[in-house]
Amino acid sequence: MSFVLNTHVGQRRSKRWIVPVVYIVFLMLPLYWLLMMSFKTNQEILSTFSLWPREFTLQNYITILSDSSWYSGYINSMIYVVMNTVISLAVALPAAYAFSRYRFLGDKHLFFWLLTNRMAPPAVFVLPFFQLYSAFGLIDTHIAVALAHCLFNVPLAVWILEGFMSSVPREIDETAYIDGYSFPRFFTKIFTPLIAPGIGVAAFFCFMFSWVELLIARTLTVTDAKPISAIMTRTVSASGLDWGVLAAAGMLTVIPGALVIYFVRNHIAKGFALGRV
Amino acid sequence: MDLSWMAWTTPTATFFAVILCLILSMCVWEWISPGGQPRRGILRFETTRGDRLFVTLLGSAFINLAWLGLVGTNLWWALAVCAVYGILVFIFV
Amino acid sequence: MKSWNNKAWFLVLPVLLLVAFSAIVPLITVVNYSVQDSFGNNEFYWVGLEWFKEVLESERFHNALMRNLLFSAIILLIEIPLGIAVALAMPRRGWGVSVCLVLMALPLLIPWNVVGTIWQVFARVDIGLLGYSLTQLGFDYNYTQDVVDAWVTLVIMDVWHWTSLVVLLCYSGLVSIPQAYYQAARIDGASRWAVFRYIQLPKMRRVLVIAVLLRFMDSFMIYTEPFVVTGGGPGNSTTFLSIDLVQMAIGQFDLGPAAAMSLIYFLIILVVSWVFYTVMTQQDAEPSSGRGQSS
Repeated sequence: MSFVLNTHVGQRRSKRWIVPVVYIVFLMLPLYWLLMMSFKTNQEILSTFSLWPREFTLQNYITILSDSSWYSGYINSMIYVVMNTVISLAVALPAAYAFSRYRFLGDKHLFFWLLTNRMAPPAVFVLPFFQLYSAFGLIDTHIAVALAHCLFNVPLAVWILEGFMSSVPREIDETAYIDGYSFPRFFTKIFTPLIAPGIGVAAFFCFMFSWVELLIARTLTVTDAKPISAIMTRTVSASGLDWGVLAAAGMLTVIPGALVIYFVRNHIAKGFALGRV
Repeated sequence: MDLSWMAWTTPTATFFAVILCLILSMCVWEWISPGGQPRRGILRFETTRGDRLFVTLLGSAFINLAWLGLVGTNLWWALAVCAVYGILVFIFV
Repeated sequence: MKSWNNKAWFLVLPVLLLVAFSAIVPLITVVNYSVQDSFGNNEFYWVGLEWFKEVLESERFHNALMRNLLFSAIILLIEIPLGIAVALAMPRRGWGVSVCLVLMALPLLIPWNVVGTIWQVFARVDIGLLGYSLTQLGFDYNYTQDVVDAWVTLVIMDVWHWTSLVVLLCYSGLVSIPQAYYQAARIDGASRWAVFRYIQLPKMRRVLVIAVLLRFMDSFMIYTEPFVVTGGGPGNSTTFLSIDLVQMAIGQFDLGPAAAMSLIYFLIILVVSWVFYTVMTQQDAEPSSGRGQSS
């Protein structure tokens, strides 16, 4: 079944799956190569060229999972990503409600200003961020990275949630107020369940952009809160690097993303349109 | 708290004070006559006063940059051009 | 019709404070730096608009800007049509949908420097599948030496990384088209092209604007992936604005010129995003142009 008139392309219909399949194969090839490399020994990677590991080994993964300087990177990343997602959603929910339900002084300009922060290149902010968080003594803490990532995640969360909230009829709000619900009670008991998919999608996006960002996270951390991606760059620049361990570390960063996508797969199409279709 | 890393100077402080005053006066103006006089100008989309102020400021930034790159460092003339540009924006856009 | 209520400001206040903390304070600082020279230890000397003039006249900035524009243009020209094509051919029901969505979204959730690492390894002539195969097939391919090869590698990497975003956006536009539209087209005997041109494309217009906007912004501020893969080389051939900026600010610690360049960079982004945003909101407003203005 595809987006075609069944009668028109009855004879071509059987071939349409080729396009997505070829595209997915293209997407999977580099990942396949990374996966295979992570199962090879460094010696095999450098000496022979083979499509699959001759001597299958899990040593690379064991190296990472038994060395705290490696695996603490994953824990650090997870901590600030979760913190960022919680903070972003907590502040974005009321704001999105305000944007979707009311007009107020300067609302459109405020909305645009929020979006410009999503569009500002992180490179511009790197240096002042370092100074700012130093002044507050927050360098090398998880909360610093979480707050810095709010710069682009909060506007995005407001944008997505506003889209979802606008599709909930206003009559629901009015009926609830007539029934004597106070605003906080209405918001938590009635409204939030109604836009649960939207919250899920917004959380997904916050997770995604915080998880994949490197430049700011690397600048604001030294050792205690250093994310896994920054630990990897350090290894890349070191001489005589171990390709197998690098590949295994990369593979381990792909897994959380894959899990998250799997959980939101049913809402993903709507979420990518930011609730605006 | 130590703020010396922000490296304030009088000219930049003045610059931000002017921007802040502009925004505040827009709020006051909006308070006195709400609605923002929406209309369709020569750019063929609806603008309010806030939009016109934004177009003015953004355009002024580029006028100043162009002046700096093409003419010279004396930006007072560029500011004069910006003032004319701003008036035109508020009349026609 | 939304009602006017200035108390809504209280709901927006937390966002405002949070984003102001992480956006306005740094931005003010950048402006302050851009008019001064610094020798470390927070000692600053007023230099006026010297840095702006220097940046505007420097060959290095022009070249980086041109490279960035060229890169954005190339990847938009490839990713948008490719994304539309894949979205059109995607299955609409059944188990295939989930499989496609999950697999296609996968590159989007890989940390950007891992994306860089994956392609750095994948394209290497000695141990990478792509580089090795190309060399075996007789191509003279080496992305660390040859400018064209480096560009091709970066473009393919970006296509690999981000086309899925376009696909998912277009797909979400397509699934919202009611089946009745297709039936009507069938009754009228519309051709495949006509269906695309008059039913599917208009319905995708809004998501396409979002796709173009996001792809332009993100490709214009691309940093991590080319930094990991080519490090800006060979020579300066893949040094984009962000790479140049970070090099200047952190590598050489030239705060003044870096700040001036940041501001010019930011202004360009601001003007483009404003144009896109205006186009987008006008599109939203157009169908309901009869709405009244409340006060």
